[in-house]
Amino acid sequence: MQSRRHFLAGAAAIGTLGLAPALSGCASTARSAASKGKVVIVGAGYGGSTAAKYIREWSNNTIAVTVVEPGDAFISCPVSNLVIAGAKTLQDITVSYDALRQRHGVNWVQSTVESIDPAKRSVKLANGDTLQYDKLVVSPGIELMFDTVNGLKAANEQGKILQSMKAGPETLALRRQLEAMPDGGVFAISVPPAPYRCPPGPYERASLVAAYFKQHKPRSKVLIFDANDKVQSKEPLFKKAWAEQYPGMVEYIPDHKVVGVNAARMEMEFEVNDPVKADVINVIPMQRAGVIAQRTGLANMNARWCAVDYLTFESTVHKDIHVLGDSIQISPLMPKSGHMANQHAKVAAAAIISMLYDQPVNPHPVVMNTCYSMVNFQQAIHVATVHQYDDKQKTFLTVPGSGGISAGITEIEGVYADAWAHNIWRDSLS
Amino acid sequence: MLRSLLLIPALCCAAVAAQATPPAVPAAQSLAATCFNCHGPHGVSTAAIPSLAGRPAASLIALMNEYKSGQRQGTIMPQIAKGYTEAQIQLIAEYFAQQHP
Repeated sequence: MQSRRHFLAGAAAIGTLGLAPALSGCASTARSAASKGKVVIVGAGYGGSTAAKYIREWSNNTIAVTVVEPGDAFISCPVSNLVIAGAKTLQDITVSYDALRQRHGVNWVQSTVESIDPAKRSVKLANGDTLQYDKLVVSPGIELMFDTVNGLKAANEQGKILQSMKAGPETLALRRQLEAMPDGGVFAISVPPAPYRCPPGPYERASLVAAYFKQHKPRSKVLIFDANDKVQSKEPLFKKAWAEQYPGMVEYIPDHKVVGVNAARMEMEFEVNDPVKADVINVIPMQRAGVIAQRTGLANMNARWCAVDYLTFESTVHKDIHVLGDSIQISPLMPKSGHMANQHAKVAAAAIISMLYDQPVNPHPVVMNTCYSMVNFQQAIHVATVHQYDDKQKTFLTVPGSGGISAGITEIEGVYADAWAHNIWRDSLS
Repeated sequence: MLRSLLLIPALCCAAVAAQATPPAVPAAQSLAATCFNCHGPHGVSTAAIPSLAGRPAASLIALMNEYKSGQRQGTIMPQIAKGYTEAQIQLIAEYFAQQHP
């Protein structure tokens, strides 16, 4: 942990405090450099947290960073399916923001952003404050489009039909619904049309709920209604797991788009097919860039996603506003994942530092994705991709022959899945 | 104590010198950072995925080449290794070799 870089940053900080007269020459240089710029970051999920950390660390703390985040701690969406299935607690997937504040000197405001004024380079907060920026990072995650499914908004507000794709209270609420469900009941989950957050997430959730049923409610069923024509990630592996580990329990139904719910009758309504009753209904609606991105006019792709310059993640709409994570218009085969948001953030952090120092940005960024899915409480599968920036097409392209999915379903990947979460939380937040 | 005090000015000036030629993030660092998610920040893992920090560059390069060629089996690394160029692997390996384990 204590890298040389950390130590150097620490030594420079001692210098600015003027501990030793002999250091004054150095100290004054360090102090002037410390006013190199102000970055405000909206949202501290995987993207925003990682950007905050690495802008501080890689600039030798010469750039001031302020994060605006409504939550009081980081709650991970990856691994939250294990909470839903009862194998982990919400505490297990919650990480404090203290290290970003204390170790990295990130200024912290627990609030939400009301509006962004790109011309004035200012951000108005719900608490009434206004922040000025040289560079703004917008990493708000997704907005769930409840209005695309009739009756869903009201059913969700009443706590009857949950989405649970934003980890937190709904993660626990879905857990409680599953616990209350009698043996022999039906859990139905719907997958929205792609693209959506975490392509394998709904299928992992179905698998883990089945793992819970197998142990505690073996007569129960899991129905997966997919708006798409096939499983969107790790298809052969999920299908193998369902066939071999949950025969007769998990049923996968493609080409079924949920258009409505009836909470009183606990029914899902489809575009063409007959309604289906279930005891626990989990509807994952279509999604778009987070609300503040919409409100600022950043979501210029189909009024849903934010196009960015992939060298810098700067918005193609507003200069000096960089968008990260699930909100962006993705390049080919790039998933909306926490891992990818962390990788976007590192490219953006390096670019923002270069831009504030009037230096050219890295012309050849690389990002990669690794995503593990648990198919039961021990075994996992993965998908991996490596994306190199292509000068001619000005986008990230996967490298031919690279990437892929697991050869099989294994326990060692279950161990790696747990290690991945542990290390990416450290990488993003400590 | 005296020794550590003497060290501080040298380190301070080193840090400032790094800023004077702005801290445009070195390519090696940006590349290596793509590995941090799984292998831990600066290649220091505190979980079942192996650490990379402090391992000799030559052995990391050899390992990646073996994954690339299929000579070495693995779950995910054979697929990831194929996504990086030789020059990138060399920069990444040299970066991790310089990190404290």
